[in-house]
Amino acid sequence: MDANIIIKLKNVNFYYGENRALTDITMNYRKNKVTALIGPSGCGKSTLLRLLNRMNDLIDGTRVEGEILYEDKNIYSPDLDPVEIRRKIGMVFQKPNPFPKTIYNNIAYGPKLNRVGSANLDELVEQSLKQAVLWDEVKDILNQSAMNLSGGQQQRLCIARALAMKPDILLMDEPTSALDPISTAKIEELVEELKKVYTIIIVTHNMQQAARISDETAFFYLGNLIEYNKTEKIFTKPDVKQTEDYITGRFG
Amino acid sequence: MNRKTKEIFIKYIFFVFALVAIIVLAMIVFSLFREGLPIFRQVSVKDFLFGMEWYPTYDPPYFGIFPLIVGSFIVTIMATLIAVPLGVLAAIYISEIAPRVIKEILKSVIELLAGLPSVVLGFFGMVVIAPILQNVFDLPTGLNIVNASMILALMAIPTISSISEDALYAVPQEFKEASYALGATKFETIAKVILPAALSGVTTAVMLGMARAIGETMVVLMVAGGAAAIPESIFDSVRPMTASIAAEMGETPYRSLHYHALFATGMVLFFLTLTFNLIADHVSNKFKQTGSATL
Repeated sequence: MDANIIIKLKNVNFYYGENRALTDITMNYRKNKVTALIGPSGCGKSTLLRLLNRMNDLIDGTRVEGEILYEDKNIYSPDLDPVEIRRKIGMVFQKPNPFPKTIYNNIAYGPKLNRVGSANLDELVEQSLKQAVLWDEVKDILNQSAMNLSGGQQQRLCIARALAMKPDILLMDEPTSALDPISTAKIEELVEELKKVYTIIIVTHNMQQAARISDETAFFYLGNLIEYNKTEKIFTKPDVKQTEDYITGRFG
Repeated sequence: MNRKTKEIFIKYIFFVFALVAIIVLAMIVFSLFREGLPIFRQVSVKDFLFGMEWYPTYDPPYFGIFPLIVGSFIVTIMATLIAVPLGVLAAIYISEIAPRVIKEILKSVIELLAGLPSVVLGFFGMVVIAPILQNVFDLPTGLNIVNASMILALMAIPTISSISEDALYAVPQEFKEASYALGATKFETIAKVILPAALSGVTTAVMLGMARAIGETMVVLMVAGGAAAIPESIFDSVRPMTASIAAEMGETPYRSLHYHALFATGMVLFFLTLTFNLIADHVSNKFKQTGSATL
């Protein structure tokens, strides 16, 4: 197996009750790359993202077939604890969702669950906020409610919160769709920085964003993986007509 | 009638209906004060509130309601101690843990409990709980603080549980997802995210449950035992304010001192329930604005 591959999907099908949302997906994600998942609404890209840290477990009546290998282990095998997987695979959501707690406690929440000694907790909070380029803006108000921050700051806080777990992989589900252009630009710069340390898989509605920040792009349509290749290739010379039609705005 | 006058007409109709409720309430409060205040021409406020003797029919009569206030508080507090854990835990179970079928069953059972007439619960306390207490603890009577607290708790649980459940249910799904995504278990998520986020609603629920318990009359009349004395143990009988008013009002001459004293007791009750409601209101408003940020 290629040492650069961190997650491997083999013939994955996913069902919401009777409805098949993903059909026979086989793909690999590469380490320290940004992979963008694009496609029109309802194409299954968010569903796929949420499969990777078992967030879909929280929805009743869902079913997975096939294998998703992370570090050569199937994350859906019964002896693997989803809690452990989520600690290694962090997630940032579409809408910024800080807890109604202080900025400090938002970051410290995950590490405290892991019982990281409180001696280095301050350090970890600072480090995580610095990684998310939020430290300078909030270092004097760590004990204020995170709800008072702007939307863009809240989203960077959520990124910092995920980073505080020291994950291997960061899943981002349309992280800028609720943000203004300036905040979006900041998050995009941040993604560029973060891929040096983390593997990032990002779902986006915004094709320009995928083109700007990702190394590889996967195009989904109606639950099928249509095309998966280097971003440059997808956006300049896609192999499949459907991809081209979507990229050029003919549908979607 | 054209459309515009019709709109105005409808608007005023609603205004009048809204006004009726307020006017009736104002009249009730007015008559409460008009009938209650005269007692203070004969008895000082201090002697009334803190007097230890309630002998309204003696000659000379004593109008000290302190034992009645203590009676009301002790059964309310003990009922709260029983009802809060049960009500809140039931709410957590219903809103976060129970499978859908069990959830629906539990919800309707709790609603049924809320619908039971208080006289039925009081009857249950008299004929079922009282003999058990009397035998198990070898007491002169099973009509006492413990009995009243248990029945009042039964009455407060539906209030506490259903309002807490609403508050827990209103915690945004995003908070829960964020917690799970950070590797929290279900119980960590409930204890550290959902419950703190719902705390204002849960506090409101507790305050309203207490207001319900302190104002409840029939149950305490039937099972609290009716002794107007400061209790020395939780197995003593007490005479809460509501029970005193209900039991004695029928036998007092119109506008006698005793009659005024009972209305004044009603005023005290009015202020107490008002306080509970104001606290509940304040808590739910305060935390609504900021979230329970400092928790």
